[in-house]
Amino acid sequence: MSAVIEEIDTPTAWPDWFRAQQNAALADYEATPAPTRKDEAWRFANIGALDLSAFRPAAPVSSEGRLINLSTGLAGVSAKMVFANNALLHQDTGRLPAGVLLKPLDVAAREDEALFRKYFMAQPVELGSHKYAALHKARVATGAFLYVPKNTEVTLPIELFHWVEGENASVFPHTLIVCGENSKVTVIDHFRSADQKRAFACGVNDLHLERGAQLTYIGVQDWARESLAFHINSTIVDCDALATSLNANFGGGFVRGESLSRLTGEGARSVMLSLNPMDGERQIDQRTLQDHVAPRASSDLLYLNSLDGSARTIFAGLIKVGEGAHRTDAYQKVRNLMLSDEAEANSMPGLEILADDVRCTHGATTGEISDDELFYMEARGIPRQTGRRLILNGFFQTLLERLESEDLRTYLGGMVSKKLSVPV
Amino acid sequence: MSTDTKPDIAIDRSVGDFRYDVDYEYDAGVGLSEKTIDYIADVKGDPDWIRRFRQDAFRKFKEMPMPTHWASPDLNNIVFENIRYYLSKGTQPKRSWDEVPEEMKLTFERLGIPEQERKFLAGVEAQFDSEAAYSNIKAAVGEQGVIFVGSTEGLHKHPEIFRKWFGKVIPTGDNKFSALNSAVFSGGSFIYVPPGVKVKHPLQAYFRINAESFGQFERTLIIADEGSEVMYMEGCTAPKFETSTLHSAVVELVALKGAKIQYVTVQNWSPNVFNLVTKRGLAHEEAEIKWIDCNIGSRLTMKYPGVVMKGRKARGEVISIALASDGQHQDTGAKMIHAADETTSNIVSKSISVGSGRATYRGLVHVPKHLKGCKNNTECDALLINAHSRTDTYPAITVRGQGNACQHEASVSQISEEQIFYMQQRGIPEGAAMSLAVNGFVNDLVQQFPMEYSVELKRLIDLEMEGSVG
Repeated sequence: MSAVIEEIDTPTAWPDWFRAQQNAALADYEATPAPTRKDEAWRFANIGALDLSAFRPAAPVSSEGRLINLSTGLAGVSAKMVFANNALLHQDTGRLPAGVLLKPLDVAAREDEALFRKYFMAQPVELGSHKYAALHKARVATGAFLYVPKNTEVTLPIELFHWVEGENASVFPHTLIVCGENSKVTVIDHFRSADQKRAFACGVNDLHLERGAQLTYIGVQDWARESLAFHINSTIVDCDALATSLNANFGGGFVRGESLSRLTGEGARSVMLSLNPMDGERQIDQRTLQDHVAPRASSDLLYLNSLDGSARTIFAGLIKVGEGAHRTDAYQKVRNLMLSDEAEANSMPGLEILADDVRCTHGATTGEISDDELFYMEARGIPRQTGRRLILNGFFQTLLERLESEDLRTYLGGMVSKKLSVPV
Repeated sequence: MSTDTKPDIAIDRSVGDFRYDVDYEYDAGVGLSEKTIDYIADVKGDPDWIRRFRQDAFRKFKEMPMPTHWASPDLNNIVFENIRYYLSKGTQPKRSWDEVPEEMKLTFERLGIPEQERKFLAGVEAQFDSEAAYSNIKAAVGEQGVIFVGSTEGLHKHPEIFRKWFGKVIPTGDNKFSALNSAVFSGGSFIYVPPGVKVKHPLQAYFRINAESFGQFERTLIIADEGSEVMYMEGCTAPKFETSTLHSAVVELVALKGAKIQYVTVQNWSPNVFNLVTKRGLAHEEAEIKWIDCNIGSRLTMKYPGVVMKGRKARGEVISIALASDGQHQDTGAKMIHAADETTSNIVSKSISVGSGRATYRGLVHVPKHLKGCKNNTECDALLINAHSRTDTYPAITVRGQGNACQHEASVSQISEEQIFYMQQRGIPEGAAMSLAVNGFVNDLVQQFPMEYSVELKRLIDLEMEGSVG
């Protein structure tokens, strides 16, 4: 048996009914067979990377104050929570509008039991990682619970920091967001390593948008380079609501991301973005589903990968238009920019259409930086290497332009430039 | 259109829906066992290596699971024990129509084969159940050294060429149905075109299933030697039976340096045929292989013609049209394996789903490491006619390294109300307007078919619209 499933020494004070759910989830995890290459949901995947035997429960962090000080992101935020090694270190939630609930998950389970039971991991995990979602449920110790009541707007973003520290430490970050009718909020999840040691992160984030709600969710993943990480998402979008999610993957050695957007009401919109500057031996395996249940909904997916070193990417996306989901408008695009001869990009953009009067298109391109562009810059005195980085930076900027908030664009643009070492 | 008021669309399939009773001389009986394999090998007088090849393939077939983890579960409805694997009236095809047994001759005359041969073909082979009833090549073409015979004759008379390539493009264990074909294959064509010979007119094979519960397993091997060119066309029909029928062919193409092969298929099986076909070509340096594939008939078709571009500057192309009507599933696509520098491939697929029909595109594009200048372009467009029609697209594109370019685009749409309204305003009835719109959708691909076929295709896709305006 792998040590990762051992319970940590200081377990969270979950209510008994949730303990029972966790025990069932653990049994589910153990009973579910590990993925094999034959599973369509794991096609092209590096199954060998899923060995969890070295990982163990995370111990309490060495210096809470240091991590709290390092938990900085945007200049202006309305609230902040800092988690490290499965425990809450710090919360600053005093400036939120009345009625907004932002609290640790375990506290929500006790204080807001009805809401918690209704929304917590309410969606079955359909994109292949059922086993790892069960592990997450069995071992989740805390996380962020956000509830924005109807007609409430949180103007400045909420920032959540999830840290891991220690060799082979396992963390189970969780973010649960429920946006009431016509509410509006922006949330940023920061996933960071306190050291450069290999760790295991198995995270879940679930986003629920009721009628007319608007949510911008940003996941900035910067785990240490050797780490193994799962990020399992589901987003449920009701009538006229708008979900915009962006997952930026800067770190991690092997990252499996699963994003499911289910459009359950007419006029629902979901924008799914991801930017992945990949290098070294890093691998990212992303599976997405744009699930159109209701008619007249729209979804728009854009994933950008750049591949340097012997990086490897997998994108497997599916647009599913159910019977009766007429007048669906769905778009899906993945672009791979190859920067090295050792890199490998796998693209599987899929469509399943069971309704008519739909407009669905998808595209996948794989190419390289053109010599002409580099020559153009060289002719103007910009060295080739710099030119490459500038073009790469521009490649990702096109995606950031899809974000409404200028602060977010600037912040993420800065991170991309820093990661790519673009001269300012 | 959210309401399903569109008229039903019926396609004229009556052309192939007839049969004459035939007394078979050779019958392997119903079901599949070692004995069936031995029976077929005995009747055909197989050399030992082919007998062993069959037995080995049968073992692989039994070991391999149905690929239902990704493919349609309808495959599970194939009952291998209920199928007849070999039926013939002798293994030697006739060289003139006069010698062909009467009922078979009547069949092919009704399908217009002898007439087409006179008009525009360089050679014809007409297969009736397991064996070719007729096989002939025009004298002038034969004199150029072109070989066009059945697979049995090919392996007996030209073993030095046959054995070199047979089973090399598609290994026995490629998939469960290629293994089945390898175990029980009979019929199909063997073609060899000598260096530099350009066969002006197409060679044609016609495949006819006549018996109920019969499985047809033809095996075709085409070798175009350096700098040669050949076009091969195949057509197929079967009468409509109560029970399901299995057609599982293996087609291997080899285009040596600078050679060109075009392979045209118009598949119009009756709607109870499982059509599970493996087709692949091997293109050497500067060679070109083009599959032009049209699927209109069958209950379930699974067919993904592929090209392995083995030599520098080789080129592969798949042009595919699929029409899935009520109860049909056209699961088609293409595979492009780039295995040398500067290889280029192009896939254009158009599908139309009508009524409860389902059209699926599956694609595979592979560019391995350390290649330069490879290009792939894939376009697949799907048209949905009714509210309960279905279409799926499942491409998989793997690119390793820089210096190559791949692009894939797909779209799904329907005939717009505006288009139909526009035509109706000008006095064109709704049915005819739909027909025009559908023909317009596939028109640019239909143009790629040889003239005689494109006329036939247009007629087939000239959908008959019935029912009232909604």
